[in-house]
Amino acid sequence: MKLLSNLFIPVLVLTIIIYGAKKKLNVYDSFLEGAKEGLPMVVNMFPPLLAMILGINIFTNSGLVNEMFQFLKPLFYMINVPLEILPIAVMRPLSGSFGLALLNDLYTLYGVDNYLSILASIIQGSSDTTLYIITLYFGTIGIQKIRYALWAGLLADLFTVILSLIIVPLFF
Amino acid sequence: MINKLWIFFIISGSIFLIINGKADVLNSQILSSGKTTLDLIMQIFPLLALWLGIMNIAKESGLLDKISKFISPLLSKIFPEIPKGHESLGLISSNIIANLFGLGNAATPFGLKAMESLQKLNPKKNEATRSMITFLVINTCGVTLVPTTIISLRMMHDSTDPTSIVMPCVIVTFLSLIIGLIIDRIFSRRYK
Repeated sequence: MKLLSNLFIPVLVLTIIIYGAKKKLNVYDSFLEGAKEGLPMVVNMFPPLLAMILGINIFTNSGLVNEMFQFLKPLFYMINVPLEILPIAVMRPLSGSFGLALLNDLYTLYGVDNYLSILASIIQGSSDTTLYIITLYFGTIGIQKIRYALWAGLLADLFTVILSLIIVPLFF
Repeated sequence: MINKLWIFFIISGSIFLIINGKADVLNSQILSSGKTTLDLIMQIFPLLALWLGIMNIAKESGLLDKISKFISPLLSKIFPEIPKGHESLGLISSNIIANLFGLGNAATPFGLKAMESLQKLNPKKNEATRSMITFLVINTCGVTLVPTTIISLRMMHDSTDPTSIVMPCVIVTFLSLIIGLIIDRIFSRRYK
């Protein structure tokens, strides 16, 4: 799998360039033409990303989330869900780096091959940073009304957590 | 929607920090967010320009159209609103394939290009279309065969079997993708 991953990019780039050359396209000029679009794209994505990072940073570093979980603790004991994985489950859609930091903490605290660590890894590994993706993609092309995108994304994230709780015990 | 969420993040976080006497943390978070964003953009920019260049060769040589035509029958069930053989289908599939192989930094340029292409089909330029949201859900589900960052973090912590999480990850991510697409379809009917 690793070799396949390493070969993927070179093969892709070569195929595209050789195909272009075969079609008698000026591949060099074509490359420049495309690469030029990079700058306006990052200029467009800067303001929405800045706004989102400002909000997320204040929220995630406030400690509010931890406080909320202490309050919810008895409830989660009742339905037999380990409380330790909840910060990751909640933070995963909001911030990729914060989620990884939490995962790192779990590994250090419980050991990397502990059941809780594995469960959290699988939650982290089978989803993505929903809010970041919405901001990046819709912000860059100038979409303001996102309609049901956030709800659909977050609901799918919730199902990732539920599915992990069902499927991980079958493996470990 | 994003507006309300943003207000909630900033107000609740700020008040909580001030009450706990951590105004200095709040202060540094506000001032450092610009730098954090710039660092992120600096990571994205070089690879974005690179892949946009390569992608443009594929587009102008007609390779992308070929891929789009080939992939059309497969993707038209998921994206019924995109005309058959439209270039966005080729871009969407490039994004999905790059994600499958764990190549996040190639997937993002393809995804942005796909969104731009979908925007051309959009009658109301400031409002997300159904196809855009479907494509977004595919991305937020994080469909991948190799969760690279998790594996490397597990290796750093000397796991006895760092890749043991791959199989359950793949199962969970594909099941949640299917559920995500069903949710997306239900919502798209509700929001007409």
